[in-house]
Amino acid sequence: MYDVDKIREDFPILKQKMRGKPLVYLDSAATSQKPYYVIDAIDRFYKEYNANIHRGIYEFSERSTEEYTESKELVKKFINARSYREIIYVRNTTEAINLVALTYGNKVIEEGDHILITEMEHHSNLVPWQLLAERKGAILDYVKVDMNSYKLDLESLEKELEKKPKIVAVTHVSNVLGTVNDIKYITKRAHEVGATVLVDGAQSVPHMKVDVRDIDCDFLAFSGHKMLGPTGIGCLYGREEILEETEPLYGGGDMIMTVEKHSHTWNELPWKFEAGTSNIEGGIGLKAAIEYLNKIGMDNIKQHERELTEYALKRLDELDYVTTFGPRDLSVRAGVISFEINGVHPHDVAQIFDSEGIAIRAGHHCAMPLVTELTRIAAVSRMSFYLYNKKEEIDRAVEAIEKTYKIFKGDDLYGRLR
Amino acid sequence: MEDSDDEIKKLYAEAIISYYEHPHNKRKLESADAEFKESNPVCGDVLTVYIKVKDKKIEDISFEGQGCAISIGSASIFTDFAKGKDIELIRKFSVKELIDLIKIDPGPVRLNCATLILRATQKALSKYKG
Repeated sequence: MYDVDKIREDFPILKQKMRGKPLVYLDSAATSQKPYYVIDAIDRFYKEYNANIHRGIYEFSERSTEEYTESKELVKKFINARSYREIIYVRNTTEAINLVALTYGNKVIEEGDHILITEMEHHSNLVPWQLLAERKGAILDYVKVDMNSYKLDLESLEKELEKKPKIVAVTHVSNVLGTVNDIKYITKRAHEVGATVLVDGAQSVPHMKVDVRDIDCDFLAFSGHKMLGPTGIGCLYGREEILEETEPLYGGGDMIMTVEKHSHTWNELPWKFEAGTSNIEGGIGLKAAIEYLNKIGMDNIKQHERELTEYALKRLDELDYVTTFGPRDLSVRAGVISFEINGVHPHDVAQIFDSEGIAIRAGHHCAMPLVTELTRIAAVSRMSFYLYNKKEEIDRAVEAIEKTYKIFKGDDLYGRLR
Repeated sequence: MEDSDDEIKKLYAEAIISYYEHPHNKRKLESADAEFKESNPVCGDVLTVYIKVKDKKIEDISFEGQGCAISIGSASIFTDFAKGKDIELIRKFSVKELIDLIKIDPGPVRLNCATLILRATQKALSKYKG
């Protein structure tokens, strides 16, 4: 039995007020809130055993090294990688994707080569490939989004794959539409034409079971802060054979085995890609976050978010002045709902929500090409759900929508205009 | 502390929303002496301002683009105000003066929306040599 009230007890911020009203947090696609379990783990590290990892030959350093290394083991299991050697810590999803573009991408992409992404990418899985294409004189192609089903257009995928792209980079879940792409199929088709596949897991890994061996991707990028962990820690999974063949980006401490005056040898994976002192508290916080998620169960979280999404869509459908975007088939839909209140700009919507103590997001959501396609004003409002949200919060959001519409279009407005 | 309900009603006061529904000076000016396209980096809203100058005064000023009620309201009020004024006065017009003019306090986040028109106008005038 999923007890959302019990889960909410674990998140201190959910007891806070915003603008004097009980907080309703519907912006977890931007960043998630943190449970005591994570906050306390970081607190304990600094209070009880803070020491640099790998080098110190004393108890505290051994303990911090052990915690940090264990966090990699846990991430490995969480995404079902073959070895912790495939788990590279970075700051966030964006840095993970840039790291691939700047190392592996620089190595394999040559002038005239094709790189394939999709029209539903976040800027983090778009701009690094634009930059790579500019550096190398390569061509960046897009798989189209079908604006009726809000899914990737598979005919367009086939057409683009005929160009034999060397790299295919695709998001698992759209941060605007909530669409869950059939990533296993895309990876299979991309591999059949010889491409290497990177999956942007920023919106999937926190919300559902993602198994890198099952989907068979070559790279997977995700952020700790969207999955109950702290900011500043993210992860790049890379297939070991590929990482072995790829040169590191940064040089410095920890990434080397030996250094002489004019030469050096690289350290083992994954440390080869992690120069300098690591984000130790980040690793420890991410470990705690995954332990917490595992305790609740990823399938339970997915089911809970699905029920919330279904309820929210039903409530929003009752309002004829509200348009929602994204697939109606809940089996391919994550807990993200972008919406529009007719005739009201999304920023004004978000501001009125704020006055009701409700946090949502408004704007282009770092997906300007997609949002420009969706709506003429290139901005939408978005609510997104996580394991701690409840139906009563969706009711509060619907009340805020009604208030917004009244302020902008209500009778008193026309009274005032006369 | 002021109730957030009162604050929101003040922000979305009668004037701002009526300007949003019926903006002033929202059109393209043919053969403008100066124009500038400015965007709000926070949200991507884009506003283009057009200015006609005569005898160092603003003869006509208009704008085009998409924006929220705060940015469109502010642009309507500011362009009404700027017409006929010395270009030097508009070049030096401060954010504080603008806030006094539009009679709302947009708060730190929405300040970018309210001042979009001012930034566009001043950038257009800085390019204008005359």
